[in-house]
Amino acid sequence: MEVVDTRGLSCPQPVLLVLEKIKTMDRGQIKVLVDTETARENVTRAATSKGWQVKEENEDSLVLEK
Amino acid sequence: MGKWKNFFASSWGIIAVGAFIGLFAPLLQKWGNPPNMGICVACMERDIAGALGLHRAAVVQYLRPEILGFVLGSFLAALAFKEFKPRGGSAPVIRFFLGIFAMIGALVFLGCPWRALLRLAGGDGNAIVGLLGLIFGIWLGTLFFKRGYSLGRSTSSSALAGYIFPLFILGLLVLRFIYPPLEGAPKNDVLFYSVKGPGAMYAPLLASLGVALVIGFLAQRSRFCTMGAFRDLLLFGQKHLFWGVVALVVVAFGMNLVLGQFHPGFAHQPIAHDQHFWNFAGMALAGLAFALAGGCPGRQLFLAGEGDGDAGIFVLGMIIGAAFAHNFGLASSPKGIGVHGMAGVIVGFIFCLWVGFAQSKKS
Repeated sequence: MEVVDTRGLSCPQPVLLVLEKIKTMDRGQIKVLVDTETARENVTRAATSKGWQVKEENEDSLVLEK
Repeated sequence: MGKWKNFFASSWGIIAVGAFIGLFAPLLQKWGNPPNMGICVACMERDIAGALGLHRAAVVQYLRPEILGFVLGSFLAALAFKEFKPRGGSAPVIRFFLGIFAMIGALVFLGCPWRALLRLAGGDGNAIVGLLGLIFGIWLGTLFFKRGYSLGRSTSSSALAGYIFPLFILGLLVLRFIYPPLEGAPKNDVLFYSVKGPGAMYAPLLASLGVALVIGFLAQRSRFCTMGAFRDLLLFGQKHLFWGVVALVVVAFGMNLVLGQFHPGFAHQPIAHDQHFWNFAGMALAGLAFALAGGCPGRQLFLAGEGDGDAGIFVLGMIIGAAFAHNFGLASSPKGIGVHGMAGVIVGFIFCLWVGFAQSKKS
């Protein structure tokens, strides 16, 4: 599974990294490592607007799927 | 899935928070704060710098409880929702100087993005020019983000590192209670006060503090950010934060109409000047600095409240920047820009552009 590590990054970098990864993938799964709820919410909002879904939420990561 | 544990992360949530700010900022003005300055993060931090004697501009000295409430409200929300996370170490010295120049830019315009929105809602046409400058500065910032700009990762730090900023703020609040303003006195022991000018205009302590605590709490939950509103729109067409800003302006406009505080025009606006180029350039500098630091001045306070030491450093940079701005004649006044305001903006732009290029990976 592709992994994007957004931990420790200020806004808007978590979203930018995830969107960059999404651009390279038609479908599949991406595990996003997050360390703040803000990053989790922002990544979720951006990914779902691109047609991806949150498949799994863990304490320090989420898995996106399309 | 995609469950929202947090109502304030929804569109209605951010709209509610923007509306709350838009409701109470004009009321704080009605209750005593300076005109079109019910809330202004930059001006109020500048007033705090004055209250502590870091600059000696006699008309802008007051330990504004709003700033203290923002940090403490966010701190309480972060504790309550288990989001208090001590962290730091993402280029703190760069952030400190970004804070300094953000403040210098804001004081050339005479307001932070919050006040720019409130000035607009109060009919001050110069705010349009300032907001265009802000958007231009943020747009410059997005160009750097597209080049891979980053100040590096923060790491989790000791509990003390997270608590020290909110504790410092709590300490200031204690000073405010111990040494309240005395009628006609320029000082009460360690705290300086203004006997005239904007620094002598303030809402009752408990009103300011109460409103600010609620705003701090709500803004921590909603991640309200005036810079992010425009940045997200420019960078990836995301309107979420923007709705918060729209709600703020619309509600504040309505409130100003109801309270008789709407006075349209460009000339003779309160605590403002109409030198359009410098209004634009000052806010462009501030917008770029906020973008490079990852948040508007309010957002930096809320982040500092939830344990982000880098945001705390940015806030301290803004307070020191205010001291420089007034000691060095960089800050504007209703008469126009300060004697060295142009130099301040130029040096600030050189610094911010240098940071932008130096911290970008070549893509």
